[in-house]
Amino acid sequence: MARKPPKQKNDSERNQEAHQPRPFWSGIIAFGLVSLPVSLFPANRGRPVTLSMSDDQGNRLRRRYFNGGRDHMLEREDIVRGYPIGDDQFVLVEDEELESLAPEKSREIDLRRFVPVDDINPVFFERGYYLAPDSDATKAYRLLAKALEEEQRAGIATFVMRDREYLIAIMSEKGILRAETLRFHDEVRSPQEVGLPDDLNAADKQQVKRIRSAMKARYTKTFDPDWLVEDQVQQLRALVERKLAQHRDVVAEEPEAEEAETDDNVVDLMQVLKERLQGQPNQRGSANGGQVGRKTTGPDELSREELYEQAREKGIRGRSKMNKQDLVEALKKAG
Amino acid sequence: MAARAIWKGIIRFEDVAVPVKLYSAIEDRNIRFRLLHRKDRQPISQQLVNPDTDSVVPYGETQRVYRTDEGAEVLITGAELDDVKPAPSRDIEISHFLPREAIDHRWYDRPYYLGPDGDHDAYGSLARALADSDQEGLAHWVMRNKEYFGALRLYQGYPMLMSLRFREQVISVSELQAPKGKPLDKRELDMARQLIGMLEAEFEPQDYQDEYRDRVMKMIERKRKGGRVKPPPKRRKKSSDNIADALEASLRGAGHGQKAAKAKKRQ
Repeated sequence: MARKPPKQKNDSERNQEAHQPRPFWSGIIAFGLVSLPVSLFPANRGRPVTLSMSDDQGNRLRRRYFNGGRDHMLEREDIVRGYPIGDDQFVLVEDEELESLAPEKSREIDLRRFVPVDDINPVFFERGYYLAPDSDATKAYRLLAKALEEEQRAGIATFVMRDREYLIAIMSEKGILRAETLRFHDEVRSPQEVGLPDDLNAADKQQVKRIRSAMKARYTKTFDPDWLVEDQVQQLRALVERKLAQHRDVVAEEPEAEEAETDDNVVDLMQVLKERLQGQPNQRGSANGGQVGRKTTGPDELSREELYEQAREKGIRGRSKMNKQDLVEALKKAG
Repeated sequence: MAARAIWKGIIRFEDVAVPVKLYSAIEDRNIRFRLLHRKDRQPISQQLVNPDTDSVVPYGETQRVYRTDEGAEVLITGAELDDVKPAPSRDIEISHFLPREAIDHRWYDRPYYLGPDGDHDAYGSLARALADSDQEGLAHWVMRNKEYFGALRLYQGYPMLMSLRFREQVISVSELQAPKGKPLDKRELDMARQLIGMLEAEFEPQDYQDEYRDRVMKMIERKRKGGRVKPPPKRRKKSSDNIADALEASLRGAGHGQKAAKAKKRQ
């Protein structure tokens, strides 16, 4: 679903986003009547190398929206979603209308079905997450993890967030709860829908034999993740090393050590996960020990999406037009 | 209706060459909105802008900035970027064959079906060889200027390339430590397992619908016909602080639910 453009961001906000892993979702896992406050953190990182677009002076460029004539830059409030109904005709849909369709249960993942883990074909898996307890009371978390692991079951549920309904499988491994969002059945094509041939048995005995002996020549028993490195990334890194050594095309020097610590608060996803799993909720998570679904974090530390969510809960009007600062102000006023 | 192939390539290892077509195994069902200018309801476009001066920079004149882990920033010109672009090729090179599922599903990204491209025999023989050996291959290819790694495996008997995430992209569970605490109460663990048992089911993908998507589509239909949109009612659920009590109550509740479900089935 087309997302409206986020508010234009300044550089420091952007960098923070790149370096501060945030939970994908925070809320309650309902297991029967047992409630488990958790945060879902992605189990995947972004691409190892990200290149930003710049002009020839190294100034970062931003994507901005322009009107049809391309002569006028648009602000967020000038933009509306339209569903095409043919011949340049659109049904306009406002943010608030979409929100009103998202049910309340978005703050809760209710596990009502448990299926054998091996029943779910991995083609359904879309994205992986780790679940970290949102309080230092980890008993319910450990209980669910242990029970799921012993039963070799995955809990299945749906929930809604950010313009989408998600189907999710929650499973357990080595005492850690992890989740996979699943594709819906109508999102995975069958071989028949794609039009693959019915007569798969058109195998030639001689050819099969030849293929199998070629496979043997390349057989190895274990998989090594080191195979999964792009040539392009290695070449880029080498190029950057050369340029740094020659002080060529360097648009920003490496910051001094102290500056780096205070200025550029780089926290790896792994670090956050390690801390959160050991019951050390960081400043963004709820430090309120198990109290359910309520954040005590100050508005200044939250992302726009999180702020927006709070504004929605409080029914602050005009919120979809607000930028991050506006939302902080409005939330402070609302108390 | 048959899907359109997105790319053509040749599976290669040793002296084997199998020409194939790639098809996306994923059907994008997200509702596609266009972003419009509110004033004239015309689609809008994106341009790259220097945020300090608001001046537009045409795509062809853009450069790239690489930021190192230490925070230094280095300019990469468009020409240099072209130099490191992977060389175009039709080859899908299989570097290794491994026991099936040796590549953990956590590396999986996006599935592509492989269909025959002319040579049906070679295609059928490859599928048979994969099935008979119970193995899968590690593939590498360049599609539209982008490098891919993939697992060559069977899905419902058909060869599939499951693209894989890159090395740095996956956080392995072995790098993490589970939350610690007092030993779990055996009675509570038994009840938890019992509750899972009572809510046990087979995984039936058809049982789950993207209801939100359906609601959005219905709303669009209503608006198209000029109708009003009413927000749906909201509901809340009570929970208990005591885990043992909550589990007991849940077991009672699940018991009823199961009886009801069975009764319904019998009808």
